[in-house]
Amino acid sequence: MWQESVNIFVYEWLQLPREEKLSDALNFFIYDTVKILFLLIIIIFAVTLLRSYFSTEKVREYLSRKHEYTGNVLAALFGIITPFCSCSAIPLFLGFLQARIPLGVTFSFLISAPLNNEIAIAMLFGIFGWKVTALYIGFGLLVAIVGGIIIGRLGLEKEILIEVKPIEGEIKAEAQVIPFTTRLRDAQEYTLDIFRKIWLYVLLGVGVGAFIHGYVPTEFITSIAGADNPFAVPLATLLGIPMYSNAAGVMPLIEVLTSKGMLLGTALSFMMAITALSLPEAMILKRVMSLKLIAIFFCTVTLGIIGVGYLFNAIL
Amino acid sequence: MKIEILGTGCSKCKALEEATKQAVAQSGQFAQIEKVEDIMKIMEYNVMSTPGLVIDGKVVSTGKLLSVAKIVELIKAS
Repeated sequence: MWQESVNIFVYEWLQLPREEKLSDALNFFIYDTVKILFLLIIIIFAVTLLRSYFSTEKVREYLSRKHEYTGNVLAALFGIITPFCSCSAIPLFLGFLQARIPLGVTFSFLISAPLNNEIAIAMLFGIFGWKVTALYIGFGLLVAIVGGIIIGRLGLEKEILIEVKPIEGEIKAEAQVIPFTTRLRDAQEYTLDIFRKIWLYVLLGVGVGAFIHGYVPTEFITSIAGADNPFAVPLATLLGIPMYSNAAGVMPLIEVLTSKGMLLGTALSFMMAITALSLPEAMILKRVMSLKLIAIFFCTVTLGIIGVGYLFNAIL
Repeated sequence: MKIEILGTGCSKCKALEEATKQAVAQSGQFAQIEKVEDIMKIMEYNVMSTPGLVIDGKVVSTGKLLSVAKIVELIKAS
């Protein structure tokens, strides 16, 4: 329905010729930006509202009573619904350890939370639909669970640079009573805040995407990111690491690349590398953990993401 | 009255400090404002999402950038 409206606007009102590169690109740009921004607002609002019912404190209380494995799975799951910002990574990391939550379980959470951030989820859903979003979340959980278990097994507790004093006795999260209207208002403010931050990136991303869509030949993309290149997955993963926090701008590009022959597993690896691994977060974490631990953390997640990409390309 | 802002230096933490200064001026109360950046001290308050706002030793908000009006409300309530 929306596509038809855009068609009418571009081909009839603006009188641009059909099957032309310029009008195709413009059509694509209008269709995509409006669709993505619209879905972005709705999804971020819904996710924020839902998340206001889950606090890190409550999650910590719950996880402190779980053991390894079960703990890893639950920590990864909680990573989806708990609000998380990389600037809070340190207090969160230390707070979990204080509650005697095992290191590996803490890492499962630390991997899963940024991977499942609301912007990435909203962009994925808006662009690729629920199937790819579900695959992304599912494989993301797998990376978080397995990565956390591996880090936990390596016995790296001595690589934590700050002495963590465990909390004595039962860990209790204070229950906060927040009226629903306040939650609605908070979610609305937060959504607008995010929107102001990312709308330009979305426009830029879709703009470059529209250009590729109209001008770059499919054969070119296929030869780099398609089945012809066996190293496309690790290449995409390594490219994704420095692109942190630009999920909003990069996702529209990935859409175009997949429509031009990039394999979906490669695309998934690319997206996961963008969200899960962030160099600024590594810099923040350096204050509480040794470089060795950070390196192991990054390598484990990178290898996990590459594995997911190959696995997915092989299955499909 | 003593108001502490807990934060390790993220942009939201700085914004909260600014908002708190304005709120104190608006409320007309005498309050000592302190920015707590020491991670160990933040942990003592059991706060896991920054920025946090502490009034007279009691954590009143975590993980949120509050509006000036909301902070005035919190100051008056305590």
